[in-house]
Amino acid sequence: MFIKSLFYKPEKFSIYVRQVFREMVNLGIGSLWLVALTSAFMGAVITIQSAYNLVNPMVPLWAVGIVARDSIIIEFSPTIIMLVLAGKVGSNIASEIGTMRVTEQIDALEIMGINSSGYLVLPKIIAAIIICPVVVIVSMIIGITGGWIAGDLSGVVPSADYLKGLQNQFLPFNVTFAMIKTVVFAFIITSVPAYHGYYTNGGALEVGQSSTKGVVNSSILILIFDYILTQLILA
Amino acid sequence: MIEVDNISKQFGDKKVLEDVSCVFEQGKINLIIGGSGQGKTVLMKCVVGLFEVDKGRVLYDGRNFSEMSFGERKPIRQEIGMLFQGGALFDSLTVEQNVTFPLSMFTNMSVAEKRDRANFCLQRVNLENVNKLLPSAISGGMKKRVAIARAIAMNPKYLFCDEPNSGLDPKTSILIDELIKEITEEYNITTIINTHDMNTVMSIGEKIIFIYKGKKYWEGSSDDIMHSQNQELNDFVFASRWMKAVKQHF
Repeated sequence: MFIKSLFYKPEKFSIYVRQVFREMVNLGIGSLWLVALTSAFMGAVITIQSAYNLVNPMVPLWAVGIVARDSIIIEFSPTIIMLVLAGKVGSNIASEIGTMRVTEQIDALEIMGINSSGYLVLPKIIAAIIICPVVVIVSMIIGITGGWIAGDLSGVVPSADYLKGLQNQFLPFNVTFAMIKTVVFAFIITSVPAYHGYYTNGGALEVGQSSTKGVVNSSILILIFDYILTQLILA
Repeated sequence: MIEVDNISKQFGDKKVLEDVSCVFEQGKINLIIGGSGQGKTVLMKCVVGLFEVDKGRVLYDGRNFSEMSFGERKPIRQEIGMLFQGGALFDSLTVEQNVTFPLSMFTNMSVAEKRDRANFCLQRVNLENVNKLLPSAISGGMKKRVAIARAIAMNPKYLFCDEPNSGLDPKTSILIDELIKEITEEYNITTIINTHDMNTVMSIGEKIIFIYKGKKYWEGSSDDIMHSQNQELNDFVFASRWMKAVKQHF
């Protein structure tokens, strides 16, 4: 019913479009530094750990580039980054909407004749679905670059080997698969916390509880859908 | 005019409103009074449609609001202005954006026209030079006045005020009461105030409805209160020594 209520005809389309752009800036640009930092270190750790584990002389060193690239593209960027965003964006959405509920701002919207769930939640979902794939692609680039720099600086994987691995056996479908996952996760990290925020009852304590529930439930759903999508698409 | 016809509301097993009927008259200040937890806020929320009634109906100038869908209610909602207890201003918008918000959503006014209307409404509630401030930067009394400005921005036919004086000092309370009275008379609107502030009851109340244990126990004017023999009403209105002294003097 909550999802259905989002799709009533907007009161004024132009205002909804403006809201979508504002949310894209909040969700995307506002999260870039965190995504960049996480991705760079994630790429570095994956590269060094892969090199550490690939000790068989039959396996060439450039395989580290393949492992790092595919791990980052298929799993780490879409899943781990979206889990990080579930914490940052999810708690923000749940607490923002929850506070609006307990301070009667949502009632004020309803009294004016505005579909409050549509006005507050739909732009966030649309913005996340548009901006999260961009953020994840940025994360992939930074992650792979981080792995390259870390491998080279530590001397574990020379640049030439890493770059050779990156260019070997590349499957473009992996990026498509990552984008499908990202869109599903983007829907989850916005709609689930928004639901918990929207139905907050009480005061500051309950806003905090809604925020926690929003983050926990969206994180669990991301993991479940990660498995389901992998099974459906790759198996 | 708003007619409330035999409405009931319960949450779970708890009956909060039971067969309440009353008429809120146009051009008058209609007060809903009663102690905490007696059902007056639920009554107001049922009338504005924030709660759906279990039984009965609410008529806005003959239009059956209770049986309307969300979409059908929209035109009536645009005729409603509401002042919430805490103001309910949108935190992320400036004072001016709060006042122009309903205009942006429902009219095709230009930016300049909306700004003019916001300035007019803010001047009407005696506020100047606050347009660019965020709600967090103004006092409680100012927030209430901005909320009134937002409520009147669309020229409402019905004005609802939920405890407009709560948390305000006596002087600001009187200012808010006078503002509501002036606006009601000036625009000939149906004003409904939910309050337990006796100063408001005695100074601006024209038609008063007393809610007790979810039922309408008494109805009359502020003068009638002084002569009422209703025990529950007297226990509520003349609870303080000061009010008892006023009644004896009267």
